[in-house]
Amino acid sequence: MVKVNGENVNIAGKTVAEYLATTAYDSKRIAVERNGEIVPKSQYDSCILNEDDVIEVVSFVGGG
Amino acid sequence: MMQNDKLVIGGHEFNSRFILGSGKYSMKLIEAAVNDAGAEMITLAVRRANTKENESIMDYIPQGVTLLPNTSGARNAEEAVRIARLARELGCGDFVKVEIMRDTKYLLPDNQETIKATEILAKEGFIVMPYMYPDLNAARDMVNAGAATIMPLASPIGSNKGLATKEFIQILIDEIELPIIVDAGVGRPSQACEAMEMGAAAIMANTALATAGNLPMMAQAFRQAIEAGREAYLAGLGRVLTRGASASDPLTGFLRD
Repeated sequence: MVKVNGENVNIAGKTVAEYLATTAYDSKRIAVERNGEIVPKSQYDSCILNEDDVIEVVSFVGGG
Repeated sequence: MMQNDKLVIGGHEFNSRFILGSGKYSMKLIEAAVNDAGAEMITLAVRRANTKENESIMDYIPQGVTLLPNTSGARNAEEAVRIARLARELGCGDFVKVEIMRDTKYLLPDNQETIKATEILAKEGFIVMPYMYPDLNAARDMVNAGAATIMPLASPIGSNKGLATKEFIQILIDEIELPIIVDAGVGRPSQACEAMEMGAAAIMANTALATAGNLPMMAQAFRQAIEAGREAYLAGLGRVLTRGASASDPLTGFLRD
């Protein structure tokens, strides 16, 4: 299992790009962090998710 | 607005001295708020993305407005650095408002952790704008850590209580070479004006607008107050007598001769 934004998802072995394609995330509006490190957009196709990875997918919201 | 009175942050020039927050109100009001505030910089927060929301705040921010992501939610320097890096990856440029809170009741910033995060992020090329409790020693440490401005709080975030820390902000204005941008707690245009009269470089406001009866109208009121305060500061305020009075009219009383 891979933890994405706090939830376990069965996507180990997929690339970041493959995972994102199965979601409704707008890839132009998000940033991805894997185990505390940024995954640059240029690496979405090559970055393969491992068992127990912790992924954060973030975007901008209103704030002060 | 006066010509050639630029606010310079990290080498970038701004004509506006009003930094707008984007929290706690409808995204649909952002464009009107930016226009009525005359703002050239707007703050944003970074959160876990939600696949159920199709709208992005980015679609509502007018072109040409500089984005200032904050690190709200961070409880220590490490978390603030992570959020800042994610914000930059989101494609917002190099500005970041470092905001680190351990205290959840009063939301007071942790100056020590903020100094640490400022140093790390400045070395990574960020234009770091640390939000802080107005303490001269901490502010000096932030300057040495590479801060581009110092953002002292006026009163607790979202309180609209005004310049509770006025005397200490004045010390920062007098002693720190960087722009001092008063952030948090400024609730009324008169308070924004007062801070600008004191020599603050700019005002950041969010809740004062978000909780106002008419947000765009309040944005305009703040803009006018900030401009008035800036002009008063540049003009140099008139002196205050310690006692007595000083007539504004000629004292030759012809009726009494």
